[in-house]
Amino acid sequence: MKLLGKYVDKGMQGNVTLVPEEPEDMWHAYNLIAEGDSVRSTTIRKVQNETATGSSTSSRVRTTLTIAVEAIDFDTQACVLRLKGRNIEENQFVKMGAYHTLDLELNRKFELRKPEWDTIALERIDMACDPTQSADVAAVVMQEGLAHVCLITASMTLVRSKIEVSIPRKRKGYVQQHEKGLAKFYEQVMQSILRHVNFEIVKCVLIASPGFVRDQFYDYMFQQAVKMDYKVLLDNKSRFMLVHASSGFKHSLKEVLQDPAVVAKMSDTKAAGEVKALEQFYMMLQCEPAKAYYGKKHVLRAAEAQSIETLLISDNLFRCQDVNLRKEYVNLVESVRDAGGEVKIFSSMHISGEQLAQLTGVAAILRFPMPELEDSDDDDDDDGAAGGDNSDSD
Amino acid sequence: MSRHRIVRGMDYNDEYDGYDDVYGHSVDDDCVSPTDQQWLYDRARGQQSMSAFIKKNKNIEEEAEDDDEDDDDEAYQKARRDSENFQMPELDDIAQAKLSSCVDEVRSVVGDAVSERRIVETSMRFDYDIQKILDDILNEETNKKEKEKRPQKLKLNATTPATKSSTTPKPTPTKITLSAVKDARRGFDIASPKAPSSPNVSGRNTPVEGGDEAGRGSTTIFKVSKDQAQRNAQQLYEQERATQKSHIHMIVIGHVDAGKSTLMGHLLYDTGNVSQRVMHKHEQESKKLGKQSFMYAWVLDETGEERARGITMDVGQSRIETKTKIVTLLDAPGHKDFIPNMISGATQADVALLVVDATRGEFESGFELGGQTREHAILVRSLGVNQLGVVINKLDTVGWSKERFQEIVHKLKSFLKQAGFKESDVSFTPCSGLTGENLTKAAQEPALKAWYEGPNLLEVIEHFKVPERAIDRPLRMSVSDIYKGTGSGFCISGRIETGALCVNDKVLVGASREQAQVKSLSMDELTQTSVFAGDQVSVTLAGIDVNNITVGCIICDPQMPIPVTTRFQCRIIVFNVKVPITMGYPVLLHHQSLIEPAVVCKLTASIHKSTGEVVKKKPRCLGQNSCALVEVETSRPICIERYSDFKELGRIMLRVAGVTIAAGMVTKIR
Repeated sequence: MKLLGKYVDKGMQGNVTLVPEEPEDMWHAYNLIAEGDSVRSTTIRKVQNETATGSSTSSRVRTTLTIAVEAIDFDTQACVLRLKGRNIEENQFVKMGAYHTLDLELNRKFELRKPEWDTIALERIDMACDPTQSADVAAVVMQEGLAHVCLITASMTLVRSKIEVSIPRKRKGYVQQHEKGLAKFYEQVMQSILRHVNFEIVKCVLIASPGFVRDQFYDYMFQQAVKMDYKVLLDNKSRFMLVHASSGFKHSLKEVLQDPAVVAKMSDTKAAGEVKALEQFYMMLQCEPAKAYYGKKHVLRAAEAQSIETLLISDNLFRCQDVNLRKEYVNLVESVRDAGGEVKIFSSMHISGEQLAQLTGVAAILRFPMPELEDSDDDDDDDGAAGGDNSDSD
Repeated sequence: MSRHRIVRGMDYNDEYDGYDDVYGHSVDDDCVSPTDQQWLYDRARGQQSMSAFIKKNKNIEEEAEDDDEDDDDEAYQKARRDSENFQMPELDDIAQAKLSSCVDEVRSVVGDAVSERRIVETSMRFDYDIQKILDDILNEETNKKEKEKRPQKLKLNATTPATKSSTTPKPTPTKITLSAVKDARRGFDIASPKAPSSPNVSGRNTPVEGGDEAGRGSTTIFKVSKDQAQRNAQQLYEQERATQKSHIHMIVIGHVDAGKSTLMGHLLYDTGNVSQRVMHKHEQESKKLGKQSFMYAWVLDETGEERARGITMDVGQSRIETKTKIVTLLDAPGHKDFIPNMISGATQADVALLVVDATRGEFESGFELGGQTREHAILVRSLGVNQLGVVINKLDTVGWSKERFQEIVHKLKSFLKQAGFKESDVSFTPCSGLTGENLTKAAQEPALKAWYEGPNLLEVIEHFKVPERAIDRPLRMSVSDIYKGTGSGFCISGRIETGALCVNDKVLVGASREQAQVKSLSMDELTQTSVFAGDQVSVTLAGIDVNNITVGCIICDPQMPIPVTTRFQCRIIVFNVKVPITMGYPVLLHHQSLIEPAVVCKLTASIHKSTGEVVKKKPRCLGQNSCALVEVETSRPICIERYSDFKELGRIMLRVAGVTIAAGMVTKIR
């Protein structure tokens, strides 16, 4: 993302002008834009003209519109952001108050105006505009009969394709069927890598599986590459990396990102950092339960006592439509920072972020044990669960 | 006749509601005449306490049984009242235990038709001798039936041999209409509405179940042929299998390189299931690779990959015949990464053979934390295997030392006891898979002969008890493999968990409830016309696309389909875990052969391990060795049963990152 202009006044009101450059920037934009903001961007509108005689012609014109956002729609697979809202600025073609849906496009600037900018939003802009954070990795997690081809970017994990093939088991006298099924499966995975992995961007391709599937696949792939002369694969042979994973399901990506060899190679990516932080939280919960809490109620209370050392919070909490609720979370983050704590905002598009979102979306590692939090739980534990359920439905 | 009900618009949550209450009640609960009603105790009608009811109805005059037809109803109610009002006689602990096991046993044979009082009294009279008690009760029932010939009665007693077709029934006309109405309300017998009037029709063997099941699955009533609907699986089974040896499935488990495949390969060779010629080929080929010690393992490890690496990767299957049994051997992989395969094999097994390596250091590494000896043993136990034969293998490497044998036995005994195996169900056998010592013949080696006099491996296998097969339950089969068969269509293979399956039966497949027809059945390469619970079969299906069927899905009876859900409650036992289980914890759910990503979405309560009391409601996390009620949500709908309904299909495993973190049983299905 490129930042072209930023004007935020003392009352935190203001506007910024941004140019999204990569598909991932759409994700950032999705996290920035909230309902009630106004967005100005160029778009195409179908305009109907009626002549004096009554015949009408319709034409498509490119024009710049400003809308007050009412609905936001994000397609994670295609990385397209659509904003629906009413026109709020005089325009040659479009009446005031007429509805229009803006499709934000790559490499076209848009201007975002918010009635109130908070630290989370401003931070998000800094993060989005940081050019060093683009370390792209492709990962294939597989087991016999199941594979996921994923792209891991700084703030998103995108499943590009899921391959599910039922491979006959070995049985007396029918071993060929098993081997044939396996070869067919490997072929599909290889085709999917060729299709979805852009070796100009991707620095490293992780192949992860239990057992020997990855080795078998690796051998198969390069045999085929030589046979069929797949130049891309042969040129990038050094970028492939074989890692252990316990299964071919998506969430074993977590294990892959924790693998020491992988960590050494891509230590700066957000995904790996998040996995580590969540792991730490779980370890703390195991060793010292009184120093690890989750759920809004507990965490808020811990924050009051200024005891939070690390706050883990999922970004889907900031996307909620309720302005007051968002404010509450922003205040929480700010108060933790003021008290010298560390805040990690998880991307809900990553595996670990998904898990955190399921775990009420907010968790904290404390500086000192607060067993009283758990005890207070008993009398009104319905509230605690209710808090959890709310964020579940997000 | 549930097809007459408006099923499409029905809210079947309501139907489910009554599900638990209905079990154990009579078929005609819903339509007793008002005069009868006052004599009935019914919890649902708000008569809160039983004692209040008894007080109120102190002097119920009991009418003579043979007054007229209507009185039979009354007599039946009386019997029911008997069993509900009946209080157990006071006995000391041992007698009490004997009695209750006795009652259970009898119940399992006669169902709910006979009152509790009657069973208890008979039991006490015959001094808890099951055989005599059953004889007595059954004789009584048959006599009664001959006398009465009442349709309901017949259906309720369906588990007793339904014979006496010669005597014609003489129900009054009113009676017939009444029973027809009842049937309509219950949706009892889909295929033959006239069934009650003929005495020897007993549609299903479990009448009460039938009513419930039809209610449960009533959103989709699938038509089946009359044959299929009325089949008496138990009789068929007796006809077909009476002369055959009993079947048993045995899984061989243990740490990697304990010698499981070699042991099984050698056993197969010694029992004459592998020809000399094939064995010679294996020997030559393995010699070429410089791995001669693997020659026996190659009998079961057939894929190139397995042979080259010298480890088993997927469950190998073979069978041997002993004097009294046909044993299907399932050779499980021992490597940690292939535990999912081992679980899918273990769900099909009745008994297990645990192989441990006696070599110094090897046993220890397999047995310590992280070794598969432990995990496998716990897994098979949680999957319902309760008979275990422990084979202390490679004892030749330690010079057949008795001390070593006893050391291992001692260590394993205490561990297996902890894992929940009964001491009487576990046996220990010393042997050597490679040399073949003590496999099929008694010990030859002098060093072993000196101290060991127990049975050899084949005898141990012979001694395993064949578990009860639930043949008279509705059909459930779990699919463990899909492949292209010879000829048209495709084959699925798997184990029939309950019920029976015949050629040309219509079945429902998986969560999508796609209908398919059985084209042919085969078992161990032999074509069959019908197969029964406990069998390992291959089924050729027609009328269904191969893409609609996946490994792990369940095939079921169209009349009594399996529940499909994405969310269910289960009671789990947490094993040794590195990190605690919290809400939102992503896991892999293993259910039969199915592996499905799931999320633990709610921790309902943590429970005391032995008493089952709720320790804490809504705990924050579940640590090691705890026991809890949790809710699990899967991303795709799956077929699952409650543990109380179908033991086999109500067991689940939760695994994370290659480690089994919990085992559980399903308590509630949403």
